[in-house]
Amino acid sequence: MIDEQLSVLAVVAPLLAAPLCVLMPRARWSWLLALVASVACFAISVRLFVLVQSDGMIVTPLGGWAAPWGIEYRVDPVNSLVMLIVSGISSVCLLSARLSINKEIDSSRQPLFYTAWLLCLSGLIGMTVTGDAFNLFVFLEISSLSSYVLIAMGRDRRALTASFQYLVMGTIGATFIIIGVGFLYLATGSLNMADIAVRLPDTIATRTMESALAFLTVGMGLKIAMFPLHLWLPNAYAYAPSVVSAFIAATATKVALYALIRFLFTIFGYQFSFVEMPLSAILAVLAVAAVLVASTVAIFERDIKRMLAYSSVAQIGYMLLGIAIASQAGVTASIAHIFNHALMKGALFLALACVVYQIGSVMRDDLTGLSRRMPWTFGAFTIASLSLIGMPLTAGFTSKWLLVQAALAAGWWMIALLVLIGSLLAVVYIWRVIEIMIRPPAENAPRQEAPLSLLAPAWILALANIYFGIFTGINIGSAKAAAIWLLGGVS
Amino acid sequence: MINNPVLRVIAKIMIPLILLFALYVQFHGDYGPGGGFQAGVIFAAALVLYAMVFGIEAAERVIPAKVLKVLIATGVLIYGGVGVYTLLLGSDFLDYNTLAHDPVHGQHLGIFLVELGVGITVAAVMISIFLAFAGRGARR
Repeated sequence: MIDEQLSVLAVVAPLLAAPLCVLMPRARWSWLLALVASVACFAISVRLFVLVQSDGMIVTPLGGWAAPWGIEYRVDPVNSLVMLIVSGISSVCLLSARLSINKEIDSSRQPLFYTAWLLCLSGLIGMTVTGDAFNLFVFLEISSLSSYVLIAMGRDRRALTASFQYLVMGTIGATFIIIGVGFLYLATGSLNMADIAVRLPDTIATRTMESALAFLTVGMGLKIAMFPLHLWLPNAYAYAPSVVSAFIAATATKVALYALIRFLFTIFGYQFSFVEMPLSAILAVLAVAAVLVASTVAIFERDIKRMLAYSSVAQIGYMLLGIAIASQAGVTASIAHIFNHALMKGALFLALACVVYQIGSVMRDDLTGLSRRMPWTFGAFTIASLSLIGMPLTAGFTSKWLLVQAALAAGWWMIALLVLIGSLLAVVYIWRVIEIMIRPPAENAPRQEAPLSLLAPAWILALANIYFGIFTGINIGSAKAAAIWLLGGVS
Repeated sequence: MINNPVLRVIAKIMIPLILLFALYVQFHGDYGPGGGFQAGVIFAAALVLYAMVFGIEAAERVIPAKVLKVLIATGVLIYGGVGVYTLLLGSDFLDYNTLAHDPVHGQHLGIFLVELGVGITVAAVMISIFLAFAGRGARR
């Protein structure tokens, strides 16, 4: 009984904890409540993940209305993995949030901060579990609106303009998505994703469906920060509070990418999206452009948070490339990279949260001698950086390896080469930071290691990078299962 | 505008009517057009009118910001609470049938409570937004 309702509880736990946070008299209590709700959500996700691995898809109707009329939640091999990442990252980030947020946001606004965080979490989880196209849009808006708030709470006043920029772009994206969903509804008379997929073949070869695909791809592209639509992202990540950068960078774009995968493969189907429509070519070009351009820009960034933001745009390029290849191997690489990138960007941004806490700046020149001043933070940063580059024995290597293999199997030699060039560019921009960090510090610079409650979460994610680089059962194994489930007969 | 007698008298006559109409839209929403959202907005409109005629301070004395914050949260909790309660009763989330012995009564009760939650939150949010904008500059 309870197992069937778990997917609902995963959304409802943070959703109801959010208004309770508002009522908490002290900032500390609302932090604790947020942490408890997030961990509960993570526990539910783990349980769902295990259940889906053993028994297959779990379908939960809501409100006592059967599927095509009512909303239903479907947990399958694809979204159970995404849920796991989102709730896990949120929990780890909240662990380090208390100290970091105490320093960056005044205590009267903290309960509202945690409320926005929980709303964002519940929106993201809702986007992943829902089996209803319109419901997906609603959750997308919940998560987006709350993430605008989270970003605007940054210390720097530029956070406000960054957030406003994101709001404008995000709203355009959401509008495109709702137009796409509207077209789908127009053609099929249904909003349930599985039901649309069944009805779609009757109307697939119409202009309506072609525009629906275009609108949805562009709309999701804005949310994903697909290459020419990525301009909101660097400022949003750079000026947000440190833990928010970690949370949003590791989850928000990933969930939007998952939604794109869902629309392309589950609703429109492989045949329409990639054979009848030239989506493969479009996505591949944009993905490679993202890798090369964003990596190059990252090399010249002096603000490390901005550098990592541009690196995110490049990494999103890798994920899109996997989708563009549109084979089982390609989609496996893409989903595995969603998982691995969340781990590495989470670790990197949490390490930067330690730096911000102690030093108060993330400009490259202020970090001279960090390896002596904050050795543990430096350690976590380095491990995650290696994973970002794609060193063997780290998580980043496994998914990039799969991606190159998939590109080669599809006969895309040039693309595989460009992926490797992208990795070399990553070596350059990471090395420029590491090189400054290992320079000897100014003579009387004190050792000022960050407190344990900030270090531990960064290290949890850094070690996860190594663990999932060696034992690939969960990330690669279930990504493969998810790709097989998504693509069905297509090899 | 507090010195204009026409405005003051008309506002005093209108506000109770607007509030009453809000409650009508709220509780008649099951049968006719209306519901929590519309009622919440109408209810808030009455307070916005009050604030415009008698001043922001007077409106904040009627509904202090702290109370508004609690009301915003309460409405959501009522909505979600109904859902959790139906889960505890062993049916789907927000399946009102199990709320009473008779499914029809259950549906009535369920939609009544949920719309009440919506109404409270919408009214409180609308007033907060108005006060937040109108209060800018006045406080500093």
